[in-house]
Amino acid sequence: MKGVRHYPGFLTMAVACLVILYAPLIVVTVYSFNASTSITTWGGFSWRWYGDVFTGPEAPRFKAAAWNSITIAVLAASAATTIAVAASLAMIRGGRFRGKSATFALINLPLMVPEIVTAVATLIFFSAIGLVTGYMTILIAHIVFCIPFAYLPITARLQGIEDSYEQAARDLYATQWQAFRLVLLPLMLPGVISGFLLAFIISLDDFIITNFVKGAGMETLPTAIFGSVKQGIKPNIMAISTMMLAVSVLFVTLSYLVNRIGQRTRS
Amino acid sequence: MSTAIEIRSAVKRYGTTTALHAVSLEIADNAFFTLLGPSGCGKTTLLRCIAGFEDLNEGEIRLFGQDIARLDPNHRPVNTVFQHYALFPHMTVLENVAFGLKMIGVSLDDRRARAGRMLEMVHLSAFADRMPTQLSGGQQQRVALARALAPEPKVLLLDEPLSALDLKLRQAMRVELKTLQEETGITFVFVTHDQEEALTMSDRIAVMSQGRVQQVGSAREIYEAPVNRFVADFIGETNLIEVTVERIEGDWARVILPGGHVIRCAAAGTSPGKHHLSIRPERLSLAKTGELVATIERVVYLGTDLQLLTRLTSGEAIQVRLQNSARTEVPAPGTQVALHLEEGAARLLAD
Ligand SMILES: Nc1ncnc2c1ncn2[C@@H]1O[C@H](COP(=O)(O)OP(=O)(O)OP(=O)(O)O)[C@@H](O)[C@H]1O
Ligand SMILES: [Mg+2]
Repeated sequence: MKGVRHYPGFLTMAVACLVILYAPLIVVTVYSFNASTSITTWGGFSWRWYGDVFTGPEAPRFKAAAWNSITIAVLAASAATTIAVAASLAMIRGGRFRGKSATFALINLPLMVPEIVTAVATLIFFSAIGLVTGYMTILIAHIVFCIPFAYLPITARLQGIEDSYEQAARDLYATQWQAFRLVLLPLMLPGVISGFLLAFIISLDDFIITNFVKGAGMETLPTAIFGSVKQGIKPNIMAISTMMLAVSVLFVTLSYLVNRIGQRTRS
Repeated sequence: MSTAIEIRSAVKRYGTTTALHAVSLEIADNAFFTLLGPSGCGKTTLLRCIAGFEDLNEGEIRLFGQDIARLDPNHRPVNTVFQHYALFPHMTVLENVAFGLKMIGVSLDDRRARAGRMLEMVHLSAFADRMPTQLSGGQQQRVALARALAPEPKVLLLDEPLSALDLKLRQAMRVELKTLQEETGITFVFVTHDQEEALTMSDRIAVMSQGRVQQVGSAREIYEAPVNRFVADFIGETNLIEVTVERIEGDWARVILPGGHVIRCAAAGTSPGKHHLSIRPERLSLAKTGELVATIERVVYLGTDLQLLTRLTSGEAIQVRLQNSARTEVPAPGTQVALHLEEGAARLLAD
């Protein structure tokens, strides 16, 4: 069979895709180090805008938003990972039960539903039950949409673990809980960490749903950035975006590495 | 001798398939007991029911008189050596062996000492701090054995523990397993589909087929006195011939072979009519003259033995096995010979 590389136009297509995907990111990254105030003309290399993010006039707003973003991401990712572990145990180890496929669909639904629909529906739901929008509503919404992202790597890992390990533990007088804690959980750990990191980055990054349910005066990093951009793009936004990009790349890479190490240690 | 395990009318169903049809067995204490049968006959299922990984649909399992059929696996004083060992990959060899002791609350010093002794017994003391993935298949197998024996179970269950090893190692491990069983005095219930393994190691063998126990007996009884066609055919090689039982005289039956030759053999609970006769190839020999005339079709050289494929004048194929010695005359294919049946060589089968 002919390799895909030999199809006419392959190279052009590949280059076009790469340029469209990555050129904007490269431009933003490069210009975040621009010494000039203009966002289009290069005035030499400088850390100036990074300094501005931490000490400039908008610094207090960004710091408060960053604190909200990070604490929400940690809490939402932890809760979502815990729920995802329980869900994947039920799905993979729970044997056959009625409504199993429906359950699978339900867990993964947030991946399929348009985010704007979820956002509107969540907002309506919160006001219907009389929940005041703010930190808590953001957190609850984040936990919910993070679950499928945590669920997928955890389930993938659990599927690869034979149930004879738990049986061996039970056979050697471990209770169900001990078999889970001492044998199954350590074997699942790469999937669990990977799921946590993915959920963390998804939460950190979310804009649409957060924007709907955050309430007045409450900001996360993405909504704070959006607020600033509305007043005109300044180079400090590029600096803050570049930092978020770096964090995302770091976490996704970590998640990938953890998974790969896990694969290697699997007997 | 007391009974270690008593299984009464055990039934296990998976949906519509029945893996165990009212299995009843008694396993004596201190015995090396083997469950032998072809793939899919329910050996693993029975073992898993004893261990507690599967629940019986009907019946009971008694361990030294106590009904354990409804207990969780961690409340049954039996341990298992898994087919693929299932060593915990994130623990060292010593931690693996000490795991069961830890779960039953043996103190750290004590369990390290006991696990160490177990490793000594399987000649793996030098490997205590390795991870299981750093061991060969044979070494992993011994760790699995040490891990299962460490808590001193009343019964050890082994599911085809040798099947992943190469032939030489498998033969060495047979001897070692048997010795281990005798030294520890623990009842071993051993599952295999390899009849040679079963015949060489076991005190008693249960031959299973399609979820039923066909026969229980010593290696010799099962080989020499199979009760039905399945057992005769499954254990070793045999010639199965359709014969007519003319009449029963006390314990003896007058049997007409195809071609009209009449012999006398143990009635084995049969009644007059069509039956099958089992004749082991090594119980047949060649004679100059006789009534059972056959033509040699092929001679296969097997080293220690010679295998003769012959055909009776009535058309039945009969295998004969001769020991290969300097005095053995090898007949050429095509020659006519008479077959001589040793006394008691032929067995009537009940079905
Ligand atoms: N979890 C299960 N679900 C459905 N059917 C099963 C299950 N486990 C076993 N069976 C069926 O029960 C029967 C007995 O299986 P079992 O594993 O006990 O056979 P075995 O004698 O151990 O065979 P082998 O030598 O191949 O290991 C088979 O027909 C098998 O298909
Ligand atoms: Mg099996």
